[in-house]
Amino acid sequence: MSLARVFLGSLARRRLATLFSLAAIVLGVGLGMAVQVVHEAALAEFARGMRSMSGDADLQVVGARGGFAEASYAQVAALPEVMAASPIVEIDAQIAGGDQRLQLVGVDVFALAQVTPALLPRPAAASPASGVSNDGERFAVLADDAIFLARAAQDALGVKPGDTLRLQAGAGEVALRVAGDIPGAADNPRLALMDIAAVQERFGKLGLLSRIDLRLAEKVPPPGSAGDSAFVARDEWVAVDAGTARARVQALLPAGVIAEPPQAGESQASRLSRSYRVNLTLLAAMALLTGGFLVFSAQALSVVRRRTEFAFLRAIGLDRRRLFAWLLTEGALVGLAGGIAGAALGYALAAALLALLGGDLGAGFFAGLTPKLEFEPSVTALYVLLGIVAGVGGAWLPAREAATVSPAQALKAGDEAALPGGHGHPHLALLVLLASLAACAIPPRDELPIGGYLAVLGLLAGSIMLLPTVAATIARHLPARGSVPARLAIARLAAAPGHAVVAAAGVLTSVALAAAMAIMVTSFRDSVGNWLELVLSSDLYLRSGRTASSTYLDEDLQRRIAAVPGIASVEFTRLDQVRLAPEQPPVALVARPVVPDGSELALVGAADPAASGGEPNLWISEAVHDAQGWRTGQQVDFPLAGRLVRMHVAGIWTDYSRPTGTVMIDLDDYRRLTGDRLANDAAIRLTRGADMQAVSAALLALAAPGTIEVAPPDEIRALSLRLFDRTFAVTYLLEAVAVAIGLAGVAASFAALAAARRREFGMLRHLGLARREIGKMLALEGALAAGVGVLGGLLAGGAIGLVLIEVVNRQSFHWSMDLRVPWGSLALFALGLVALAALAAVLAGRQAMRQDAVLAVREDW
Amino acid sequence: MKRRGFLLALAAFPALRAWAAGQAGAGQEQATAFAPVLPGRQLVFPRDHGAHPDFRTEWWYATGWLKLADGSPLGFQITFFRVRTGIGEDNPSAFAPRQLLLAHAAIADPRHGRLRHDQRSARSGFGRATYAQETTDVRVGDWRFALVGDSYRAEVRGEEFAYALNLRPDAPPLLNGKAGFSVKAPDPRHASYYYSRPQLAVSGTLSLDGRAQPVSGRAWLDHEWSSELLPTAAQGWDWIGINLDDGGALMAFRLRDHRQGTLWAAATLRAAASARGADGAGQRAPASEILAPEAVEFVPLRQWRSPRTGIEYPVEWRIRVGRRSFRLLPLLDDQELDSRRSTGAIYWEGAVRLQEEGREDGPGGRGYLEMTGYGERIRVG
Repeated sequence: MSLARVFLGSLARRRLATLFSLAAIVLGVGLGMAVQVVHEAALAEFARGMRSMSGDADLQVVGARGGFAEASYAQVAALPEVMAASPIVEIDAQIAGGDQRLQLVGVDVFALAQVTPALLPRPAAASPASGVSNDGERFAVLADDAIFLARAAQDALGVKPGDTLRLQAGAGEVALRVAGDIPGAADNPRLALMDIAAVQERFGKLGLLSRIDLRLAEKVPPPGSAGDSAFVARDEWVAVDAGTARARVQALLPAGVIAEPPQAGESQASRLSRSYRVNLTLLAAMALLTGGFLVFSAQALSVVRRRTEFAFLRAIGLDRRRLFAWLLTEGALVGLAGGIAGAALGYALAAALLALLGGDLGAGFFAGLTPKLEFEPSVTALYVLLGIVAGVGGAWLPAREAATVSPAQALKAGDEAALPGGHGHPHLALLVLLASLAACAIPPRDELPIGGYLAVLGLLAGSIMLLPTVAATIARHLPARGSVPARLAIARLAAAPGHAVVAAAGVLTSVALAAAMAIMVTSFRDSVGNWLELVLSSDLYLRSGRTASSTYLDEDLQRRIAAVPGIASVEFTRLDQVRLAPEQPPVALVARPVVPDGSELALVGAADPAASGGEPNLWISEAVHDAQGWRTGQQVDFPLAGRLVRMHVAGIWTDYSRPTGTVMIDLDDYRRLTGDRLANDAAIRLTRGADMQAVSAALLALAAPGTIEVAPPDEIRALSLRLFDRTFAVTYLLEAVAVAIGLAGVAASFAALAAARRREFGMLRHLGLARREIGKMLALEGALAAGVGVLGGLLAGGAIGLVLIEVVNRQSFHWSMDLRVPWGSLALFALGLVALAALAAVLAGRQAMRQDAVLAVREDW
Repeated sequence: MKRRGFLLALAAFPALRAWAAGQAGAGQEQATAFAPVLPGRQLVFPRDHGAHPDFRTEWWYATGWLKLADGSPLGFQITFFRVRTGIGEDNPSAFAPRQLLLAHAAIADPRHGRLRHDQRSARSGFGRATYAQETTDVRVGDWRFALVGDSYRAEVRGEEFAYALNLRPDAPPLLNGKAGFSVKAPDPRHASYYYSRPQLAVSGTLSLDGRAQPVSGRAWLDHEWSSELLPTAAQGWDWIGINLDDGGALMAFRLRDHRQGTLWAAATLRAAASARGADGAGQRAPASEILAPEAVEFVPLRQWRSPRTGIEYPVEWRIRVGRRSFRLLPLLDDQELDSRRSTGAIYWEGAVRLQEEGREDGPGGRGYLEMTGYGERIRVG
């Protein structure tokens, strides 16, 4: 149809504007897509790992990371509903003197064969070619010095069967023989397997299990059958109900030990990372929204420019609906192209992000995973569709505007009379803004801060709707003095705010996004910094390796540490993880000396410690407060060493380092209640005048090289902040993209405007204005438009930042932070943006100005 | 003597096979002091019905014929092995794999055409696998073999079948070799303590094809323990345990070398029941004859080739024991146990009938034949 040339051809004629709109959509789609795809890949990899680890298990019995009493195994395995029970001691093992870590699983091969046969180890000499392992090393799978490494793990560590591998245990070393591989999990780069008894003995886990994998029987003999009647034919057996079986298993378990389906781990992992992912996706959505605004501004101006054209088309019989549809098609086409290019960019970005930052984009949720990128048709389709929606959405208002105008009026009127958004909807805008405030009070659903997101969208929409009113107000209050170009620019803003508003809307969105992120990240980083200052108050810190499960300081080492000359006092810390409820992620347990009033903690609200002699105090982090609903002053039953201990919630504190929650109890209480006298970390105060270097050297000499680490607090603080910056690296990328999009918006709308205003420029030249002065006027117009946008954006961004801090982060990450606005950098950013906008406006208008004045005036006449 | 003990230990646990074949693990020899098998030790009951955990291996091995309600015959086998690994002797962990228990059960059903079998294995501890030292009582999971009162009780719950059988002996244990000291090779280092309980009267319940039914029959129990059994030259072995219709019993075995020639052989022949007390209290051992290696001869008569593995087994035999000669016929040809996919072990173990040759009116018999090491030849050749 020839109309296609008329409409779609117009896109090609305003190449620059189309290109900018396209770029914005490409970036928005690409970013959202990248975040999504990377997380899908990481989660898929995580789930694959979980599934191969849990095999055919129907249920898993899990408890504190430190383990639970092995007596439960005998009881659970003896249940008739339990067909097979595989006891597991799992350790996050650290290579002695190195950084690499292994997931070391201690198994009973006999039970493993029935529940997780894919993990069966294969002694090295076994040759698959013969079908029979004739030379398999005698009892290799039971030997207490034999370790089996998945092929990928052998490659990663550079060892082969027969080599010796040294792992850290406590603050010492265990030398193990690489005895073979794990054919069913060959590509797992961290998996290692040993006999369960060997792991228990050599890694200080005697009497403890980390997990029991259970396979449930499908049927059991009918109740009451004993003796020979238990041997009735299977046809007469009764089916086992999974829920009943789970309840029967749970009934046997001590406090803090939980039976849950293996999928629970998967959903916990996905929940852990979901908040992070959804936040990033939200930011990408805002980039996409900006892209939509860009389409809007380009279309709005283009439609105005083509009014006469449309009027003729209407006059020769094109009806309203089809004109509307064609104009939407223009937007849809830009959206489609942007969506497809964006999806491609998304995959490229995802590949780069995976390579650079890993599956969690640097946030540390999926350490050790090497996810593979896969094409996801549904996600891709969704994002392409979002691109189209942005294009159509952007084209909607201008198209409606163009379609409603009657042909006669359009043929008559000038081009700038009816730019949409000229007057705005201040009342509706205020209503939307008020609604956003109310939305903040909506509680999170499924850990997702729905209310927060609604508030962010509302704030954005409301500010954009309010923009024309603001622009008009500003123009009214600007002094009508100064040079001719300045007065012209101001007069233009006051008389026809439509143009400026269109350009400013894009700027507002991107500035709001960037400012909100900047405020949030600065507040967060500042809060973390202060928190680290409070937490790291000692002179020197010592830890036993990186893994709290297999590396520790025993009592003898603790005594020797305290006896090092130059040390005034030592506070030891014991770390563990406990399970408070089924299908919830584990909560960190920190046992260390706590002053009775909790004043050393980053308390939120007032503390209410128990009177001395009362219940032991429990200091909970905000995440625990949110998840368990525990309040200060409350008595709670807390699982410790397999039994419930009545404890007193003494206060709530902020823990930025563990988003799934932390509880802290006094070390003396912990040792009295559990009998566990090991420690993981030590906070050391030096005597006056002691030489830190000398003390560090003396401490390091206490254990095998590489098994303990000593660091001064400022080093730890710097490292923590480096980690923080890495986590938020991706948000900086988003900010940069937002700014680029905003600038593109200014350039695009001024390019379109400049073309439309050729006659005006010609007239001004005619009246004696120099080309330079027109340039100055354009620069001022650009600066004014951008200024209005920046101002609105800063206000909206500030509000959004507040919502991010007080609602979104509070609800999805469970931590509070102090508001801190980076005034300096925001001001610099705003000024820079205004200047760049001015430059963009001049550059865009340059072509129009170059034209001969007379010719320009004569055009169209 | 039955080396199927080793075989099964291996079957459940591939890494054991090298050990069973007598190949010491290079450089891995544990300094564990296994109790030696010495001549002159008198077996004392009921203590010696129990487990002997100081020795390296031990098994309780019951085989026999069952009759269904409709009179059709079945063969059954249940074995419990105990293996001392020499690993973790000083490990305080409750999971220390000092002792392993392995159980294997099979049903030979001519209508099914081949064996149904199942197995359980576990390290001892946590009530998952236990053995008693005072009397026979071994368990792996919900499988059990125990002497309860004056009857043995066998409980098996497999995927395809389950049974609970009572096996009631009619006489004191039949001591093989020199009063229970059974030599396996010219070098008496290779020996075991070994007694049998023939002519066990069986009654109980068998669940097969989704149906439970009462069964009765006759069975044979071997109990044997040792620390050093096999000479390295041994390639395989043939063993029979037959309940004779006249109340007598015949155990015979031979060890074969790499050329399938006889390395060593032995037999025990219990006389027919004549003057025995009516019940356990009045039990008196019937006369039995212990035969020297040269008095025992195994002559294969008919070969059967397994369609699954291609291995040829001599399924019909002539067995010469002293002056008497018997002919051995299988209940069904295909009683091969092929566990290659899961464990790699292949052998033949099944129900057989016995007829005395040259004396058509002589007593018949029913029992079990075990043949191992025939698959090796195929692989080697």
